[in-house]
Amino acid sequence: MSYIPTTDEQQQKMLAEIGVESIDELFADIPEAVKLKSPLDIPKAMSELELESHMRELAGKNKNTDEYTCFLGAGAYDHYIPAVVTNLLSRPEFYTAYTPYQPEISQGTLQAIFEYQTMICSLTGMDVSNASLYDGATALAEAASMACDSTRRHEVVVIRSVHPENREVLSTYTKFKGMVMKECGIKNGTADLQHLKELMNENTAAVLVQSPNFFGVIENIKEIADIAHGNNSVLVVSCDPISLAILKAPGDLGADIVVGEGQALGNPIAFGGPYLGFMAAKKEFTRRMPGRIVGETVDREGKRGYVLTLQTREQHIRREKATSNICSNQALNALAATIYLSVMGRKGLKIAAELCCRKAHYAYRRLLDTGLFSPVFDNPFFKEFLLVYHGNVEKLNERLLEKKIIGGFPAERYYPELKGGYLVAVTEKRTKEDIDRFVAEVAAAC
Amino acid sequence: MLKKEEKLIFELSVPGRGTNLLPECDVEEAGIAELIPGDFLREEDVDLPEVSEVDVVRHFTRLSQKNYGVDSGFYPLGSCTMKYNPKINEEVSRLAGFMKVHPYQPEETVQGCLELLYKTDRFLSEITGMDRFSLQPAAGAHGEMTGLMIIKAFHQNKGDSKRTKIIVPDSAHGTNPASAAAVGFDVVEVKSDDRGGIDIDALKELMSDEIAGLMLTNPNTLGLFDENIDKIAKIVHDAGGLLYYDGANANAIVGISRPGDMGFDVVHLNLHKTFSTPHGGGGPGSGPVGVKKELVPFLPRPMIEYSNGKYYFDYNHPLSIGRIKSFYGNFLVVVKAYAYILSLGAEGLRKVSEAAVLNANYIKEKLKKYYHLPYDRTCMHEVVFSGQWQKESGVSTLDIAKRLLDYGYHPPTVYFPLIVREALMIEPTETESRETLDEFIAAMIEIANEAKDEPEKLRNAPVTTPVQRLDEAKAARKPVLKYEKGG
Repeated sequence: MSYIPTTDEQQQKMLAEIGVESIDELFADIPEAVKLKSPLDIPKAMSELELESHMRELAGKNKNTDEYTCFLGAGAYDHYIPAVVTNLLSRPEFYTAYTPYQPEISQGTLQAIFEYQTMICSLTGMDVSNASLYDGATALAEAASMACDSTRRHEVVVIRSVHPENREVLSTYTKFKGMVMKECGIKNGTADLQHLKELMNENTAAVLVQSPNFFGVIENIKEIADIAHGNNSVLVVSCDPISLAILKAPGDLGADIVVGEGQALGNPIAFGGPYLGFMAAKKEFTRRMPGRIVGETVDREGKRGYVLTLQTREQHIRREKATSNICSNQALNALAATIYLSVMGRKGLKIAAELCCRKAHYAYRRLLDTGLFSPVFDNPFFKEFLLVYHGNVEKLNERLLEKKIIGGFPAERYYPELKGGYLVAVTEKRTKEDIDRFVAEVAAAC
Repeated sequence: MLKKEEKLIFELSVPGRGTNLLPECDVEEAGIAELIPGDFLREEDVDLPEVSEVDVVRHFTRLSQKNYGVDSGFYPLGSCTMKYNPKINEEVSRLAGFMKVHPYQPEETVQGCLELLYKTDRFLSEITGMDRFSLQPAAGAHGEMTGLMIIKAFHQNKGDSKRTKIIVPDSAHGTNPASAAAVGFDVVEVKSDDRGGIDIDALKELMSDEIAGLMLTNPNTLGLFDENIDKIAKIVHDAGGLLYYDGANANAIVGISRPGDMGFDVVHLNLHKTFSTPHGGGGPGSGPVGVKKELVPFLPRPMIEYSNGKYYFDYNHPLSIGRIKSFYGNFLVVVKAYAYILSLGAEGLRKVSEAAVLNANYIKEKLKKYYHLPYDRTCMHEVVFSGQWQKESGVSTLDIAKRLLDYGYHPPTVYFPLIVREALMIEPTETESRETLDEFIAAMIEIANEAKDEPEKLRNAPVTTPVQRLDEAKAARKPVLKYEKGG
């Protein structure tokens, strides 16, 4: 296939008008020594028809959640995506545009981001949101950086109940930035507050907590906020945006910066990406935020419009003195989130959250009823929960797979002390029938 | 229609209106108040819009109409490679086997995803002359950061902790110095010579045992290939430094020359530029990082390997810089780039760069009588003019850009690179026809004439767009960053 519209004849004419004889002449500045001498070792071009069938074949080698019932979460959730979201996202005026550098012809993207920022602030109870970041993990790492810059301290304390991959990313970022990351232990599935107090010192820039945490358990943000603020440290809370439809906003509980993985808001699980990270903060952090921010203004005629603003924070102006190196955000994923939150709306998001929560509790009770599991924590949870399976978790999942069920996450992979730990996620998409079948197959597997 | 102000979605909200997309609860479980203690529960609902489905559809459709994408028209935005995004790639990325796969599914249930990632690594390695790629970085700047972490880890692993500085040319993208700083390096700037390349003597002087490496875009942001690349590589390597290739401009060299053969040790590519994945209005992108053999141990974890007919994740990389993103990168973006590479094949990829370079030179030749060309030599995939002649009539490069909007084009990149006054950076890409280029050239000439005869037209532009020039100073001075009811 080729997407080059100029014909050979046209190319020859263009070369003549430029005043060269061949295309090779245009590459004369490249020293011969570094020119390729033979064609690239890449397969022969495919026609669109061949490509389509090849891609179908490749996709067919994967099991997907249309055909399998998914109880796997652990940071990526199989929520319902309204038809409106997919349909509107496929408008090429949105997806084939660049970053809105020319606001006069980018009002669509800019206004949508402004609406996104407003919704993220409403959900989190914060004053200001940016236009999105790469994902929840990098958003957490950027928040840690912001906290260090604003407090002029260099240590952060992260609770061990924060998603393990997020802690890994945080560890990479902090290591290279010369920051120190300390981990606070867990007790009954939430932050061990005594340990947290012991870890705090005059160098602690921030406490980083996730709620609902990796185990689905709701953390006591207020108590953690008191400990953080008592030490003049920043409290960073990472959260599940769906849960915020029923749970108190972190901003009302003392959070200074709120981040999170926004995938659940209208984005497919897609083997891990692209997703979006959201970040919102209290007003005093506005000029320390990374990434794009959209602001309202007026045009020459006084008409309302939107522009990228506060750009003096950014790399293309400040270069090495920028608040971060981020250039692209996840605009299209943030647009999906905006459309999702619009079409679900005030009522719909709450219904989704309630369905997840009630169904998760149903599944929790039914699984315990089988007698094959023990409870691990007794703290409240939202849509995901941890149990200990008395048998072999990997074998259980293999057996479930044969029955077209994608089972829970083996928590032992990241928490060696949680032998047999089985993390189960239940979204609004799972019917009672799905859950009953899951429980029955689990029981049959032993 | 387009001129009409579109209300914010919140202003369309009517109490009690909404959609009903989800079923009733089918489990007998108690209500939320009995499942979660009241202390944790919100007292008031989140203030989200209450709108109907048709409100949402019309609102976002109208917003889309106030946007301009590659599908709307010519988009010669320099350094951004706004090429056509093939529809088949969008279609195949939506297959359930890619879109509806959980990242933690057992390996045997995701063999297709792993195969695709593994093969993309092989393709990109072949295209750039590197040994291995990581597809984890989410964007170009993220790739830069990853590559620089690898450079730092490489030196530190040798017990060499003195190398705390990175050299960046004065023509570099802003992300280069920002990424270096984000990884804890000090940034040293090297100036360009009068042909637009790196000033070799200045570089020699900067080299020391404190230099960890040099970041270079080649062709650089002037659209010029640095002919001294072999000398530059030798100078840096001889002093113990490494060479980082910023792949933002790779659309000029695919199938023609490889960064690995030029002497680069680390490369990032922008799949959303060179490999045609759409920009999405500012993301998602994908910025894979490739390295030479001696740096492979430092790549992010996990790597994907293949043996005995099976693809698998390999976490056992003790020297790895660690993880830089959750899961495995912007997977669906990689799917589109993989499809693109297969659709073009080796010959097709080479033709991309040939046509891209031809188109840029064609514009350069046709416009150099009308706009000052600071470096009059063969360019690569983009050409940088200066608006300094027009400046004499009191018209700025910004005015030229805004006037182009009235002619129906997305303007070129302006005021970059910083080393060219009133810069206008034009990158046509290979997917534009001669007719489109001719029409654009004619518009640019018309604008050059207007600049002389009717400069007001430029200063007042644009007049045909949904909004006119916006007051950016006001936006920054008194930031309004969200909608406030009655605000």
